Amino acid sequence: MNLVVFFVVAVVAVASALALVLRRNPIHGALFLVVNLGCVAVLYLLLSAEFLALAQVIIYAGAIMVLFVFAIMVLIPGKEETGPDPLRPQRLLALPLGAVLLLEIALILKSSVFQAAQPVAPPPALPAGAGGIETVGRLLLRDYLFPFEVTSVLLLAALVGVLALAKRKAG
Amino acid sequence: MSATLTDLGIAFGRVAFVMLFVLNMGGLLTWVERKQSAVMQDRIGANRASIFGLRLFGLFHPLADAIKMLTKEDFLPARADRSLFTLAPLVSLVCALVAFAAIPFGDVLRVGAREVPLQAVTLNAGILYVFAMLSLGVYGVMMAGWASANNYALLGGQRAAALMISAEVAIGASIMGVAMVYGSLDMMEIIRGQGRPLFGWLAWIPAWGIVTQPLAFILFLTAGIAATKRIPFDLPEGESEIIGYFVEYSGMKFGMFMMADFVETVVIAGMTTALFLGGWQVPYLAADGFSFPWGATAPLAHLTVVTLQVLAFCLKVSLMCWFLMLVRWTLPRFRYDQAMRLGWLGLFPLSILNVAVTGLVLLAWRAP
Repeated sequence: MNLVVFFVVAVVAVASALALVLRRNPIHGALFLVVNLGCVAVLYLLLSAEFLALAQVIIYAGAIMVLFVFAIMVLIPGKEETGPDPLRPQRLLALPLGAVLLLEIALILKSSVFQAAQPVAPPPALPAGAGGIETVGRLLLRDYLFPFEVTSVLLLAALVGVLALAKRKAG
Repeated sequence: MSATLTDLGIAFGRVAFVMLFVLNMGGLLTWVERKQSAVMQDRIGANRASIFGLRLFGLFHPLADAIKMLTKEDFLPARADRSLFTLAPLVSLVCALVAFAAIPFGDVLRVGAREVPLQAVTLNAGILYVFAMLSLGVYGVMMAGWASANNYALLGGQRAAALMISAEVAIGASIMGVAMVYGSLDMMEIIRGQGRPLFGWLAWIPAWGIVTQPLAFILFLTAGIAATKRIPFDLPEGESEIIGYFVEYSGMKFGMFMMADFVETVVIAGMTTALFLGGWQVPYLAADGFSFPWGATAPLAHLTVVTLQVLAFCLKVSLMCWFLMLVRWTLPRFRYDQAMRLGWLGLFPLSILNVAVTGLVLLAWRAP
């Protein structure tokens, strides 16, 4: 049952990721990304990471992507992007760089590091409520409190930086 | 085999109950909207639809509406984005419909050796689920505005998106206080927590959310009304004069947007009931019957208790729907900038303040 769900969701996830890259229409692309994020949330759910799945939907699909779609609606009201592609010279680099990346992935998959990391026996059963909010909360606010707080400071710094940049451009 | 079949049947029954409850409430609300506004404005209201001369106070009007919408021409604007235009009302309605699934409508029902939680889906973080589904509903509105290839619709969609985002931020922040007081994100646990009595000489009052979190109640209700996009926050659609995101829609697709608004009203009423009005709790009713604070007791059978609880939940949701209708027919519409200012400079800081104060009080409470 779980396996069937996994394969269906995985196919939809890969298809939507491809559609995101291949569609010329920016709104369609953004909406396919929403579908993709939803699929990943279902995958989290299959791994019994309930809180992570809901956070994924609320934050990525429900907040960040809404802003993306909103920005596209405001800035590009037409159906397709118009004008020449400003990133055209980069296309020449795309093929060799893609090949390098593919080679790297192949090498890593073949390397002994990856094979050693693969579990031979099935992983032990998760303790009850492992993906629940209590576990996540305890990890974030006790065991990893410092990195967690530093991340929030980082986000705040990014926010202030964006504001400063935008203000300077306007003035 | 028969055990799994029974389990499947029980799961189906739980989902069916919630589905039928929400759909019927949504349909009935179209009637309530007409009749309640008529009573408030000293009119008679819609009463012409009849089957064999039977009118039933206009209760057949939702049926007549459905027939009208299904038989109307399904118009598609020439330059519209076909797939998104068709998908948009579906997204709106489905997100609103599935949101109710995590709201419990009763305590655990014991049949023989089985324990059936009266809730369509039992979730560890149920509030977050409802919240996630509400926040996904924005896409339907934005897609509709964009796909119509109409600038007025596009502007309406943007107003809707801005309004719903600012409302959801306030909803999320006001829920936090409730989750802190009852120490859970599971709606069942929160409702059980609301069954306990308050402290000291106030022990005759059950600790409902509206008593422990009065500020959050007001903030949540305001933000909730804004999330349903109905008057006084109907600036995305402005059915009477400004043009909204569904201006190009007709027939059943428009009907689905209308329905989504009504269903969202039911969801907000259900959430308010579950978080602030004690959910399925009946005052002084415990699992084995009534036990009043002055000492009197009235033992009741398990089935009676559960029935009373489910009825109490339905009654509370109906009352909240009535109240939301009352608001909708009383207040004038906010202007766009007023609604934004209310959301970001009023509701949001106040709910953060509520969280901070709640945290301090809880710390002081548990310190000794």
